[in-house]
Amino acid sequence: MNSATTTTTETQTAACIECGGELQFRRSPRLGQVVMCSGCGVELEVVSTSPLALELAPEVEEDWGE
Amino acid sequence: MRIAMLHNRLRIEEEMLLDALEDLGAEVVAIDLRRTSFDLMNGEDWRQYDLVIDRSLSLTSSLTATRIIEVYGVRCMNPSHSIELCSDKLRTSIELERAAIPTPRVMIATSPEAALTAIEEHGYPVVLKPTIGSWGRLVARVNDRDAAEALLEHRSTLGSAQQGVFYIQEHIDKPGRDLRVFVVGGEAIAAISRSSDHWLTNTARGAEAHGLPLTPELADLGQRAAACVGSDVAAIDLLECPQRGLLVNEINHSMEFRNSISTTGVEIPRLIAEHALRIAGATSGKRRQEGALV
Repeated sequence: MNSATTTTTETQTAACIECGGELQFRRSPRLGQVVMCSGCGVELEVVSTSPLALELAPEVEEDWGE
Repeated sequence: MRIAMLHNRLRIEEEMLLDALEDLGAEVVAIDLRRTSFDLMNGEDWRQYDLVIDRSLSLTSSLTATRIIEVYGVRCMNPSHSIELCSDKLRTSIELERAAIPTPRVMIATSPEAALTAIEEHGYPVVLKPTIGSWGRLVARVNDRDAAEALLEHRSTLGSAQQGVFYIQEHIDKPGRDLRVFVVGGEAIAAISRSSDHWLTNTARGAEAHGLPLTPELADLGQRAAACVGSDVAAIDLLECPQRGLLVNEINHSMEFRNSISTTGVEIPRLIAEHALRIAGATSGKRRQEGALV
């Protein structure tokens, strides 16, 4: 879980737990939100909003789809 | 109005829907099914909602949750019965056939031997699909007997019991694309084409989405298909057959639309949210009426 987060009046940032790159949230993150790191392409899930914390998003499972 | 949205991860689509619902003044709660359990004897917590929108990526979770929530007397969008019909290609095909909606020929077998016989009698190529699955996974074009024998043996040996139902579809020589019609509340709202150099044209497999004029024929087929499976919201996939024209291929109950808003110019999440509020409003009114009668 990541704890290296920064909050400004407009954006919140967090470090990618895979590559350390910076992730920016232009609006308040939602619990369960999935974001992709533009640095390494890994998908991360917001597991806590206060404090902001990320985990690797779960892998696609067999019964997932449209 | 109070609306719950079921999910197991909040993707761009779910965020857009939450935003659209909130913009329309709904009180919305996102409920993560990975962290949810149900008490079959007590659905009081769920009865506070006028509507539950299912947006779980997991079919198992979707069906489990909506079946239970409906027992509590709460309306789900889509209803569990519609999810059942859309998620199972065999059941979708049966409903399309029953409604006389043009669709590719489908053969079903429950043993590899019977499947091989059906394929040989039909002729090559055919498309072999799992009855339950999405995003083009495990969908295979079978070009000859060698491939058929190998695929059927692998499925029956390595697959789950569900893989033992062989869904064999005639191969449609489509022009490098398939079509998709979005239907919300019984009305076709937008259409796209999905183009790819690969014979599979799922955007999940890299196909590109392009806006498409919503012709009366597309709208009619889309609306009839959505109606035959009882969907509030659905994406209907169609193939262009050189001989028979448009054929309904599949129906998606929890559609993705992130790439179809700018390409069509249609605010798909807004239209879904508006329909959700219409359903929620009707439910809320009905409840008030019932409450007044008690």
